[in-house]
Amino acid sequence: MTTITDPPQGAFRLSMLINDTRYRSYTFQFIALLALISAFAYLGSNLFSNLAAAGLNISYGFLGTPAGYDINQTLVEYNSQSTNARAALVGILNTLLVAFLACVTATVFGVVAGVLRLSNNWLVSKLMSFYVEIFRNIPVLIWIIIIFTIMIAVLPGPRAFRGDEPEASMFLNAIAFTNRGVYIPAPVWGPGSMLVVATFILSVIGVFAYRRYATKLLYDTGRLLPMGWPSLAILFVPTLLIYFVMGMPIGLDYPELKGFNFAGGIKVGGPLIALWFALSIYTGAFIAENVRAGIQAISKGQTEAAGALGLRSGRIMNLVVLPQALRVIIPPLISQYLNITKNSSLAIAVGYADITATLGGITLNQTGRAIECVLLLMLFYLTISLSISAVMNVYNNSVKLKER
Amino acid sequence: MKKSVFLGALTVAGVAAGAAAAGTLDDVKARGTLNCGVTTGLVGFAAPDANGEWKGFDVAVCRAVAAAVLGDASAVEFVPTTGKTRFTALASGEIDMLARNTTWTFSRDVDLKFEFVGINYYDGQGFMVPKELGVSSAKDLDGATVCIQTGTTTELNLADFFRANNISYEPVPIETNAEGNQQYLAGACDTYTTDASGLAASRATYENPGDHVILPEIISKEPLGPLVRHGDNEWADVVRWTLNALIAAEELGVTSANVADLSSAAGDNPEVNRLLGTEDTLGEMLGLDADWASKAITAVGNYGEIFEGNIGESTPIGLARGLNAQWTEGGLLYTPPFR
Amino acid sequence: MSDSQTNSVAFVRTDPIPPAAPPFTTSGPVKWAKDNLFSTPAYTLLTVAALYVIYLILSNTLPWIFNGVWNTSSLAECREVLQGVSGGCFSVLTERWNQLIFGFKYPVEEYWRPSMAFLLLFVAAAPVLFYKLPRQLLIITGLFPFVAFWLIWGGTILAPLIALAGFIAGYLVYTRLVTFSFAAGFFGGIAAAFVVWIVGGELIPEGASENAWLAPVASRDLGGFMLNMMLGVTCVSLSLPIGIALALGRQSDMPLIKWICVVFIEFIRGVPLITLLFVASVMLAYFFPPESSTDLFVRVVIMITMFSSAYIAEVIRGGLAALPRGQYEAADSLGLDYAQAMRLIILPQALKISIPGIVNIAVGLFKDTTLVSVISMFDILGMIRGPILAATEWNGVYWELLGFAALLFFVVCYGISQYSQWLERQLATDHR
Repeated sequence: MTTITDPPQGAFRLSMLINDTRYRSYTFQFIALLALISAFAYLGSNLFSNLAAAGLNISYGFLGTPAGYDINQTLVEYNSQSTNARAALVGILNTLLVAFLACVTATVFGVVAGVLRLSNNWLVSKLMSFYVEIFRNIPVLIWIIIIFTIMIAVLPGPRAFRGDEPEASMFLNAIAFTNRGVYIPAPVWGPGSMLVVATFILSVIGVFAYRRYATKLLYDTGRLLPMGWPSLAILFVPTLLIYFVMGMPIGLDYPELKGFNFAGGIKVGGPLIALWFALSIYTGAFIAENVRAGIQAISKGQTEAAGALGLRSGRIMNLVVLPQALRVIIPPLISQYLNITKNSSLAIAVGYADITATLGGITLNQTGRAIECVLLLMLFYLTISLSISAVMNVYNNSVKLKER
Repeated sequence: MKKSVFLGALTVAGVAAGAAAAGTLDDVKARGTLNCGVTTGLVGFAAPDANGEWKGFDVAVCRAVAAAVLGDASAVEFVPTTGKTRFTALASGEIDMLARNTTWTFSRDVDLKFEFVGINYYDGQGFMVPKELGVSSAKDLDGATVCIQTGTTTELNLADFFRANNISYEPVPIETNAEGNQQYLAGACDTYTTDASGLAASRATYENPGDHVILPEIISKEPLGPLVRHGDNEWADVVRWTLNALIAAEELGVTSANVADLSSAAGDNPEVNRLLGTEDTLGEMLGLDADWASKAITAVGNYGEIFEGNIGESTPIGLARGLNAQWTEGGLLYTPPFR
Repeated sequence: MSDSQTNSVAFVRTDPIPPAAPPFTTSGPVKWAKDNLFSTPAYTLLTVAALYVIYLILSNTLPWIFNGVWNTSSLAECREVLQGVSGGCFSVLTERWNQLIFGFKYPVEEYWRPSMAFLLLFVAAAPVLFYKLPRQLLIITGLFPFVAFWLIWGGTILAPLIALAGFIAGYLVYTRLVTFSFAAGFFGGIAAAFVVWIVGGELIPEGASENAWLAPVASRDLGGFMLNMMLGVTCVSLSLPIGIALALGRQSDMPLIKWICVVFIEFIRGVPLITLLFVASVMLAYFFPPESSTDLFVRVVIMITMFSSAYIAEVIRGGLAALPRGQYEAADSLGLDYAQAMRLIILPQALKISIPGIVNIAVGLFKDTTLVSVISMFDILGMIRGPILAATEWNGVYWELLGFAALLFFVVCYGISQYSQWLERQLATDHR
C-alpha cells in the first residue's frame, strides 16, 4: 500500500531507488524483469543445447504427414491416411463431445442430489450425503477405472445375443446394451421428412412466442393464461399431423447382430459411456454441494416474505429462491464445467480417443515429437479454459448485485 | 525459492546425479551403475516379481551389459518407461540404454536420432481370438472389434493390414497389457493384437489358455532391439558387442556352466578364445576388461539360456525359438565374427 | 345434602390422572418414521426407492465381503476355495500389502523408516492442525521435513543437517536485518541460506552416503500409497508459500509483477494436471542443464507444486479480497509499510478466511496424485494397473484392488474434510 509522501526535496539520488516509494516499485519491477529474462534465457539455452546434443529439432512438419492409425469414434471424416492434424481435430471434437455431455448430466445429477440432500426425508438426504461424500473423497481416475471395469464386466458382450436361446436380449427389441457400447436405433430420413423437421422447428419457435405473449398479457392485463398444456400441444400436434399426412417418412433403423458386432443403428461407444458417466457422477457430487450451498445461502426471510405475499411453494422456488440462488450457484458451476473439460483428459485410461489420446498419445508415440505435441495439447486446453472463463466473467458482470 | 532448497538438498544427497559430459561409457563407470530403460511390466520380457526383483528377457540384456562394463550384473538401475516416455528418457540422458521391446524403424533410427545396436528378438504382430469364435485367419476379422495395446508400431501395422485387405474393423486402444486382457476376456473386443510374443505371454496368464488361439498371420516385422543415443559410438559398440557376445556364445557352445572353464585358459577354438579374452585384446579395444564377455555370460548365460529361462517353451509363456534360432538352425541370429 | 352428596358419589379423585403415553402413532420411532420417511405419498415413494437402492447395494457387496478369502497365494487358488460362491479374493491385499503401501522397490528391511516418518507426520501436523496445543511443539513441525527426508531417502545425515543449518542461518540473518528493513532481511536471509548450502554441500565428503547409518534409497524406488502421501504432503507444503507470494503478486500495484503472476496462474489453471505431468515426464528433462539429470520424482514434485500453488493463490486472493477495505486503510493509517501491514494485519486474517479453501485444494491435490500412474510412476494405482495385475497369479483381480485404493483415499480425504469443517466452526468469529 503506497502512501503519499512528502514532495521530493533536491535532486535524484541513487539511494532513492530503494528508499523512495515512488522509485522503489520500478526497482523491484526491473529486478523481476531481469530475473524473468534470465530464467527464460537459461531454460532456453539448456533446451537448445540439449536438443543440439541429441541432434533433434523442433518441427511441426509431422502434423501434415499421414497419421497411419485408425480411430474408433470420429465425428468428422477420418481414415488412417488422414494427417496427424486431422487426427488431432478428431480428438478435439471428441473431447468437446464428452465434456458437453458430461456437463449436462453432471448438472442434472448435481441439482437432483443437492435438492434431495436438503429434503426432509431422512433416508433420502442421508443417501445423498453418502453419494456426495463417497464421490468427492475418492480420486476421479479410480472412479473412471472402476466404472469402466463395471461396464466391461457386468454388461454382456455381443456374443451373448447370439444363438437360439441368447443369454442377453435387446431392450424393447431396439436398444442393445453391450460392453462395447450401446446400440440405439437410428432415424432413416425418407422423402418429405424435411417437412416434418421444419414443422417441428417452427413449433418450437411457436412455443416461445406463445409464452412471451402469455407473459406480456400477464403484465399488461393481469390475466393468467395456462402455460403447460398449450405449450405441449403447440409442440407436438402440428408435427404429428404433418408426420402422418406425409405418410410416416421417418423410419427407424434398428441395430442387428451381424458378424462380430451389431450393425445398423447408432453406436454409442463403451469408452464414451464410461467416461461420460464417470465424469458426470463424480462432478455431480461437487455440483450437489454447490447447489446446496446456493439454496442455503438464501435467507429464510425471503421464503417467508414470498409466502406472506401468497405465493404457492412451487412459485416461491421458481420466482424467489432459485433466481437468487443461481447467482451463488453459477460461478462455481462453471468452474466445475472447466474441471470436467480438464478431467476428460483422463480418457486415456479407458481408451477414449480424445485429444490427449490422439495428439498426446498415439501421435506422440509414433512420431516421438514429445515437446511439440505436449505444447499443442496445452495450447488447446488453455484456449478452452480461457474462453469459458471469459464467458463466465461476462455472466458474472451481468448478474452482479447492483448495490446502492 | 523453496523449490531450489529442495533441489539443493536432493542434489547434496546424491539423488539427482550429475553426470560428466565425457561419454556414456565413462559416465557409467564413474557412476558404478547402469541406468537401463525397460517396460513398466510385461511378463517374460521385463517385469518385477513379487520381491520387486526385475526379471525377463530384456532385463537380461541390461544385466549382461552391466556385467561386461562394471563386472556386476546387479549394478543396474531399472527405469520403467512407457511408450510415451521412453524416447525422451533416452534422449535426455536419464537412461543409458533402452531395452524395451522397441521396434527398429527407419524414422526412429534416422529422424529421432537413436542408434539401434542389434536385434535381440525377431517379433511380429499377431492376433489372438477365442477358440469359440471359429476364426482361422485374420482375414476373417471383417467388422471385428480389435483391442490394441498402444505405444508401439501396433496401431500403424493394424491400419495398414486392414486397409491392404480392404476389410473394416473397430480399434480399441488400450494403455496397459492388464487392461487389454481384461477387455478381451470380457468379450469387449473380439480379438487382441500386439506382438506375438506379448500375446503368448498374456495367454499364459489366463485361466484357460487353451480356449484362445493365436492366428497364423503375422502382419508385421518387429525387430526388437536395445538402442542407445545417436553419436556416442563407443558406447553403442559396447552394447552392440555385448549383445553379439551373448548370441555368439550360444553359437560357439559357451554356456554359463562352462564359461568359467573355458575362460581360465586358452582352448582349442580361437574364436572362443577371442570372445572370452584369453587370446587377442578385443576387450581392450572396447575400453573394457579382457574378460568382459565372459563376465556377461557368467552373469546371465548365453542367448539360448536367456531365451529358455525367460520366454522359452519350458516357461509359462512357451515361445518357440522360430526366427530367433541360430542361423545354423534355420533362424535369423547371425553375429558378425569376433575377430 | 352435602352429606348425601359426598356419600352418593362412590369415588372422587383427589389428584390428577398421570398423563397417558401419547398414542403409539404419534411418538417414538413410528412418529419419527412418519415425519421423516412417509410424510407425503411422494416421500413414501422416494423412501421405498431409496430402500431398494440400499438393498441392491448391500445384497451385492455384503456376501462378497463376508465370503472373502484372505490367505491364498493366487487367484486360481482363491477360486478353488470359493467354489463358485460370490466372494472377494482379498488375499491379493495380504500377499501384496507391502507393494501396495511401499511400492516394489523399497528395501523390505527399511520399511520401518517410512512408517516412522508417517507416524511423525501426525506429531508434526498436530500443532498446525490444533492451534490450542502449546506453540513450542511447532519446533517439531519445523524439524519434521529434514527428519522425514533423512528417514525416507537415508544416506548421510549431513545433507538434511546442512539444509537445516541453511534455514537457521537464513532466519538468524533475517532477524538481525529485519529491524533495518524487511527487504534487506528477506534477501539477506536467502543469501545467507544459500551460502551455507553451497559451502556445506562442498563439505560433505565424497561417498558419505555409502556407509551411512541409514542406507540410501533412490527416489525411483519409492512407490505405492507412500508415494501418494509423499507427493501430497510435499507439494501442498511447498505450494503454500509460493501460493501466498503469487496471490500477493496478483494484488500488487506493480504492473509487471502483477502481469507475471496473472499469466502464471491462469496458464497453470487452464491446463489439466496430466499435461503438466507429461511436461514433467517428456519435456522438463530438456530444460535442465545438459550435464545433469534430475530424477522423475523431483520433476513431478516441481510440476505438481506449480499446479497447486496456482490454485492456492486463487483461494488466498479470495481471502484477501474478502477482507474489508478498512483493514488495509487502518494499516496504512498506523504508518505500517507494505511488508508490515501484510505480515501483521492482512495475511493473518486473509489466511484464516482461506483455510477451508486451502484444505479443499489440498484434498483435491492429494487425490490427483494418482495421475502419476499415467507417467510410469508406481503409486498405488500404478502398482495395481502395472505389476500386480500383470502378474500371472493375480491377473483378473480388479474389485478388491480398486476397492482397497478407493478405501484408503476415502479415509484420508474424508478425515481431512471433517477436520476442515471442525476448524471452520472453531474459527467462526464473524466480524461483520
